[in-house]
Amino acid sequence: MKILVSIKRSLDYSLKPRVRADGSDVDLSNLKMAINPFCEIALEEAIRLKEQGKASEVVVVSIGPDKCEEQLRQALALGADRAILLRHDQALSSLQVAKALVAVVKEEKPNLVLMGKQAIDSDSNQSSQMLAALLGWPQATFASKVEVEADNVRVTRETDQGLEVIAAKLPMVISSDLRLNTPRFAKLPDIMKAKQKPLEKSALSEHISLALSKHQILSVALPQERKGGQKVADVAELIEKLKQARVI
Amino acid sequence: MRILVIADLQQGQLAANLPALVGCANQLGGELDVLLAGESLDEAAQQACVLEGVNRVLVAEDPILGYGLAEPISQLATHLAKDYQVILAAASTTGKDFLPRTAALLDLEMLSDIIAVEGPSVFVRPIYAGNLQARMQVEGRVVATVRTSAFAACGQQASCAIEPIALPKLTSQSCLVSREQVKSDRPELGSAKLVVSGGRGLGSKEQFVLVEQLADALGAAVGASRAAVDAGFISNDHQVGQTGKIVAPELYVAVGISGAIQHLAGMKESKLIVAINKDPEAPIMQMADFALEADLFTAVPELMKALAK
Repeated sequence: MKILVSIKRSLDYSLKPRVRADGSDVDLSNLKMAINPFCEIALEEAIRLKEQGKASEVVVVSIGPDKCEEQLRQALALGADRAILLRHDQALSSLQVAKALVAVVKEEKPNLVLMGKQAIDSDSNQSSQMLAALLGWPQATFASKVEVEADNVRVTRETDQGLEVIAAKLPMVISSDLRLNTPRFAKLPDIMKAKQKPLEKSALSEHISLALSKHQILSVALPQERKGGQKVADVAELIEKLKQARVI
Repeated sequence: MRILVIADLQQGQLAANLPALVGCANQLGGELDVLLAGESLDEAAQQACVLEGVNRVLVAEDPILGYGLAEPISQLATHLAKDYQVILAAASTTGKDFLPRTAALLDLEMLSDIIAVEGPSVFVRPIYAGNLQARMQVEGRVVATVRTSAFAACGQQASCAIEPIALPKLTSQSCLVSREQVKSDRPELGSAKLVVSGGRGLGSKEQFVLVEQLADALGAAVGASRAAVDAGFISNDHQVGQTGKIVAPELYVAVGISGAIQHLAGMKESKLIVAINKDPEAPIMQMADFALEADLFTAVPELMKALAK
């Protein structure tokens, strides 16, 4: 079984983004970028499936500027076998990403595509479902457990109501939730070895011609901040305040 | 303009978020149809048809729709979509599962989690865990999930028409094996007026019961931070945050929660926030309306005693 994992370069999860002075978009200049945490969880799952002997190859793909090579090298250090970078300098909508990934799937012919359920920058949570739709494959979103036996896959999904298990046959698309696994750290020798692993670069436009997005960012702004609150000395004062506010 | 709202259903019951979803749709000002897709929908249809602003309730009954799987409902929505300029669903795990699939089948881009409507084609949505908000302009047809906690519920009306619809052939390549649902008499977390949430500070599953007892004393829903869910104190459906549930109750009581930005993203729109934490420097203590610096294991029992009076 061959697994394709998509990797998004996004702002380090511990950092706060800034707004450009003109409010036109987010300003990420000079901020540390990393693999989107949900993509890292998807990758970890793929590597574990390979370690269990259930997958033969793990290929990672990223779409974005040249600097995405940093995240792809990181993915190779973590255990991916091969990386693909589709160079593209402008932001893409989830539908555009899904269409680009369709082109990659047609070339690579993976049996399973593992993706993060959302990127922590745009928080859209769309690309995996869109990719499954465009390929006509089944999907399993918000996975917290993945079990593979030959072509049969069982996925435990986290929903608003609790947990559910769905079954489908490969090929399919799975999106990872937080509790699917805890990703490993890359070891130094693996980081060195990753420099020798294959990383293929080409322009996205060589693979697909994308229609322009119909969504446009008009402006980006900070939300209204909450006013700092007040300290209450004890439970009696808290009860008093809640009564004044008429919530109890 | 014609708008299709696809309702969330659980085992044939309407989810509590539909009035707010319709409230959002009403802001667009168009002819609004609500689609119910599932099995045994008579009661749900009666409830939906009295929601203010609804023009027709379309009822699609088929066993394959009853499992809540993404594929058949996407096929149905795609089949109906040609008549509509706007398609909305709630930003629940159900809506997030099927609506992107639907949008892609229609070759349309989609907006996730809209929190404000500024015009028929301009919407506001949170990005970066709600640290920023983006105003988005959409050219052409709109497909969006709605963060229902950001919208007021619609009112009531005299009942409108309920119309069964002819179904296209629906299929699913995935099937439901099992569903583990926690039954609870407490209010539903996503739409509760009062929420009590617990975090890592509770220390164990046994001690997390304190949070549940306080919730019961207040008649509140129970929430949790990611740390508490990861540690197994309570099931995942209680998680509040960027990737869990987004809540905006009248009162949110955070017990033993430090307030990582991913958690704050899920509750900072609450009207009134109370934090009980022994660390005065915890981020949640800085943003709470009322911050009580105390050991939760003495403060919470004391609070319950005071509430019982």
